[in-house]
Amino acid sequence: MRALFTVFGKEFLENLRDRRTLVSALLFGPLFGPLLFGAMVSRMLDQSVAESDEPLKITISGAEQAPNLRRYLESQGVTLTLSSLSEDAARAAVQSRAVPVVVIVPRDYAARFAAAIPAPLLLVADSSDAPARKSADRVRQLIANYGSGIAQQRLKARGVSPLLAVPVAVNEIDVTTPTGRAVAVLGFMTYFVLFAVLMGGLYLAIDSTAGERERGSLEALLSLPVARSSIVGGKLLATCAYMCLSLAISLAAFVVVFRFVPLERLGMSANLGAGTALKFFAICLPFVPLGAALMTLVASFTRSYREAQTYLTSVLLVPTLPIAFASIYSLKAKSSLMLIPSLSQHLLMTSVLKDEPVVPLDVALSAGSSLGLALLLLVAIARHWRRESMLG
Amino acid sequence: MIEAGALCKRFGAIEAVREVSFVARDGEITGLLGPNGAGKSTTLRMVYGVLAPDSGSVRIDGIDMRGETSHARAHLGVLPHTAGLYGNLTARENIDYFGSLQGIGRKQLRARTAELVASLAMESFIERRAKVLSQGQRIKVALARALVHDPANLVLDEPTNGLDVMAIRSLRAMLKHLKSQGRCILFSSHVMQEVAALCDQVVIIGQGRVLAQGTLQSIRERSETKSLEEAFLQVLGPTGGFE
Repeated sequence: MRALFTVFGKEFLENLRDRRTLVSALLFGPLFGPLLFGAMVSRMLDQSVAESDEPLKITISGAEQAPNLRRYLESQGVTLTLSSLSEDAARAAVQSRAVPVVVIVPRDYAARFAAAIPAPLLLVADSSDAPARKSADRVRQLIANYGSGIAQQRLKARGVSPLLAVPVAVNEIDVTTPTGRAVAVLGFMTYFVLFAVLMGGLYLAIDSTAGERERGSLEALLSLPVARSSIVGGKLLATCAYMCLSLAISLAAFVVVFRFVPLERLGMSANLGAGTALKFFAICLPFVPLGAALMTLVASFTRSYREAQTYLTSVLLVPTLPIAFASIYSLKAKSSLMLIPSLSQHLLMTSVLKDEPVVPLDVALSAGSSLGLALLLLVAIARHWRRESMLG
Repeated sequence: MIEAGALCKRFGAIEAVREVSFVARDGEITGLLGPNGAGKSTTLRMVYGVLAPDSGSVRIDGIDMRGETSHARAHLGVLPHTAGLYGNLTARENIDYFGSLQGIGRKQLRARTAELVASLAMESFIERRAKVLSQGQRIKVALARALVHDPANLVLDEPTNGLDVMAIRSLRAMLKHLKSQGRCILFSSHVMQEVAALCDQVVIIGQGRVLAQGTLQSIRERSETKSLEEAFLQVLGPTGGFE
């Protein structure tokens, strides 16, 4: 037991002195998620605010054919640029993104309009360009409003009630709560939390196994009168310690970022204060030994630092698989899913974020399955370390 | 005292060590001499207990390595083929780490390290990080690490490999000093001059077998040659120790 703590102390100290490792374990790993997240949500905010406030700007060709429409659009605050583009020229202009939206009024518009035959209009826009698509949607809506106004006048003029033309009226009721809407955006935040957990221990897991062998200090260490389980146990414990640190830093950063990102302006409310962060920490804690054991096991099998690095980068992606699966099939928290590590943590964190009640049994199952799997991996590690091939 | 009795080890189809027996006595330097691939490292790894022999036994001061591994290891200092240090720890921390793992208390460890620093002349670099040390300084730290628990027996696997002349000279002086303290020293080498310069007893190994053993003089006499080099070549036979 004493040897275990000696190994732990030495690995902890050595890692602390390696600046490169420390940066990736305690800065890059835990802060990557919160910062990316903060930047993304801020950008989304800027965009949505800008889009609804900004006056709509469109280019219109042949406006002299439709003075009425032109007046209507201008009365709705649309800035019109008059031009006389042909259809091909309009296409080219939109494709090259010189102008976002072009409305073309064809030559026969006025005549058909006067004869009350559907008068054609061409709307040229690129639907793969998100802002242009939104502008086009707004133009389409405005023209539809204009059209229905004209239709009502025409019906009235012919002595028909305009209500006859509206047989059904749909009223939408959107039940999304502000928190629910936030969860859709925050869904992938849980992955960043698990990513931070793994990143915290990644380099230590490599350095204390493949690294130790490559440096040539492993054989001297293994020839000491110390049980190998104590040696590898101390290394695992140090890896877990850094993973917990990284998790704590990441959660603290999320709390700070959420304080500065005004999610309410997007019609969302984020339920991420210190209390939620503590719950997240507790939910993720059983994932720590599992991640440490997985990384240590993989790194123990590799021959060199570089090889270990290659394999462990793939290990970082392992927790994404169940989470990706869950979002494709929009899985909801239920007890059977609590047996899958990483997915169970994701679902529990999402529930906490949504302010849904968390079933204690689910928490127990999540922790139990993660710790159980960690134990299996620990047995595999202990076995591998007893083998002669460990010497390399 | 280190006793190896009829050690055998195979890796798959390869018989790496066959029936190797020798005794390394206290107050003597015993050299394991043989060409590369002769089975020296495998033999030493069995001696310090990181490899288990298929058959045969190893006794350190009479303690069976297989039966009482920890106890036997406590009597043994080991400088393996690759004696790397922890670059981000200071020389002292490297030594303290092994001392602490050997179960030495803090106070005792401080006294023991002070002794080693004095006897190996490490005062100038004991507080420096291992990654900035020279080769000669590193070998001193590795040796101090192996001697931290004051073992009666010391095993070194090709300790001079990759060292420059100055480092080799100071290592030789250190080994002679350790011998004069009455310790049993067993080391391997493929360099004859090195063995000739240091050893009281020589065990020549080829193809995993002991081909000859005894004092330098007795080996020379038996092969009726003047130099150890000729005796070595004669013992190895026309194939040079390979089949």
